[in-house]
Amino acid sequence: MANWFPMSKRTDLLGLGTGLTDWLLPVLVAAMSFLAALALAGTLASATLAAQWRQDTARALTVQVTDPQAPDAAHTQSRAQAVLAALSSTQGIAGARLMSTEQLNKLLVPWLGADAAQLALPVPAVITATWQSADNTAALTASLQKIAPGTLVSTGSAWAARVAALTASVQTSAAAVLVIVALVAAAVVAVATRAGLAQRRDAIEIIHGLGALDADIAGRFAARAMMLTVIGALIGGALALPVLIWLAALAAPFSGLAPQGLVPGLPPALWLSLPLLPLAAAAIGWCTAQLTVHGWLRRLA
Amino acid sequence: MVRFEDVWLRYRHLASRNTVETTVLRGVNFEIPDGGFCWLTGPSGAGKTSLLKLIYLAEHPSRGRIDILGTHAARISRQDAALLRRRIGVVYQDFRLLGHLSAYDNVALPLRLARRSEAHIRADVAEILRWVGLSGRLEARPDELSGGEQQRVAIARAVVGRPKLLVADEPTGNLDDAQADRLMMLITALNQLGTTVIIATHNTGLVERYPASRLEMANGELVSYE
Repeated sequence: MANWFPMSKRTDLLGLGTGLTDWLLPVLVAAMSFLAALALAGTLASATLAAQWRQDTARALTVQVTDPQAPDAAHTQSRAQAVLAALSSTQGIAGARLMSTEQLNKLLVPWLGADAAQLALPVPAVITATWQSADNTAALTASLQKIAPGTLVSTGSAWAARVAALTASVQTSAAAVLVIVALVAAAVVAVATRAGLAQRRDAIEIIHGLGALDADIAGRFAARAMMLTVIGALIGGALALPVLIWLAALAAPFSGLAPQGLVPGLPPALWLSLPLLPLAAAAIGWCTAQLTVHGWLRRLA
Repeated sequence: MVRFEDVWLRYRHLASRNTVETTVLRGVNFEIPDGGFCWLTGPSGAGKTSLLKLIYLAEHPSRGRIDILGTHAARISRQDAALLRRRIGVVYQDFRLLGHLSAYDNVALPLRLARRSEAHIRADVAEILRWVGLSGRLEARPDELSGGEQQRVAIARAVVGRPKLLVADEPTGNLDDAQADRLMMLITALNQLGTTVIIATHNTGLVERYPASRLEMANGELVSYE
């Protein structure tokens, strides 16, 4: 291995350190790594946000009480107050709150216009809360309807399922982008390697004739390709970082990831994943060069 | 030992959308024993270089069997073929030196490929370059050397690993008689140490000065072996 990398003048038998076209490979790999970093960030950010949204939505409980000012079944208080009291005393339900008339009218503006308050429509009272076991609404509905018949209970489970589906499609798209980026990077390495082989055909034939093993020749190209792809990946990752920090700052109100001191507010998983880009680039560069050179060498006797 | 049994070599190439087949060697049979010395002669186009290419495993025969240093050449893996090539020293007609390496590094190539230690390489390369009269030109690149000097570097590279088989294609073509004799002394010394030597040449004077067995080729056929 010491004979392969780094390539000193004496051990660079194929002149791989003097190729004029070598600058193109790190530039293209840098572009690929930049895209990969954005796709990776997109995948992780969508997963983080979706998990948060799913949790919030699934736990949301909305109760509509019709004819809210009428007395409840026990004739002790209004139906709305009776349902609110029942919800507040139910285990697992927190933050039960009766929406004010102004808040309700504001919600109705998109459908009924600004004059909604003057229409004297029989608007139900709306109580919002969060509920840990939001999947079992039948029992809660039954108990509330005993207090105030006609009360409707709805949770955010359906919306949570839609958010999950949306998240899955976003993640699948991001994963597809990563796969495509990896394939394009491999194609770029293969083309660069083939160009290098064509440029050094005579030198390869000479050392092949002197007894170089296919693994020797392929190893020299693979080491060179690996070094160039790692350089490209480091450049691409470095260029992507400020963009990711800027995007994270834009998404901070939704993600809840605020900068902590000098450390920008990126998801921890992204901090762990970004260093993997040069490693992935190294693996792609090394494997692609190995396969390309071995395939090419089979043409020699 | 080098043995050819009914060896044919044909090249196929495209000409005007048709595949044309050219036969360059026809049913060649001979055997050179271990430690033998053999001249390969014949006019240009007789098939000498093609025959040498088969010996140093740069080509596969279209038909027939070739044994090189006791190995059936068609039945070995690519890895074993590479290892066998390390036991064969070759002097190419066109020298085939690596232009980006110095004379020293060109000569050191076979030893580096064989993973010899740098101390070992330094001693052997310096010794052989002194033998071919290039001890003052170690760092010169091929384009800074004359044709004769390049030829001597190519010869030094071929013999530095003390090969079991030395194959040379016109090794003295660019050398004057004095240099040619000096190199023939080196090759003769190697031969006396057990290296099998096969040299293709047009130089009849050289063949007469160093009598040995002789393969005579014409039109792709072996016309005599004496």
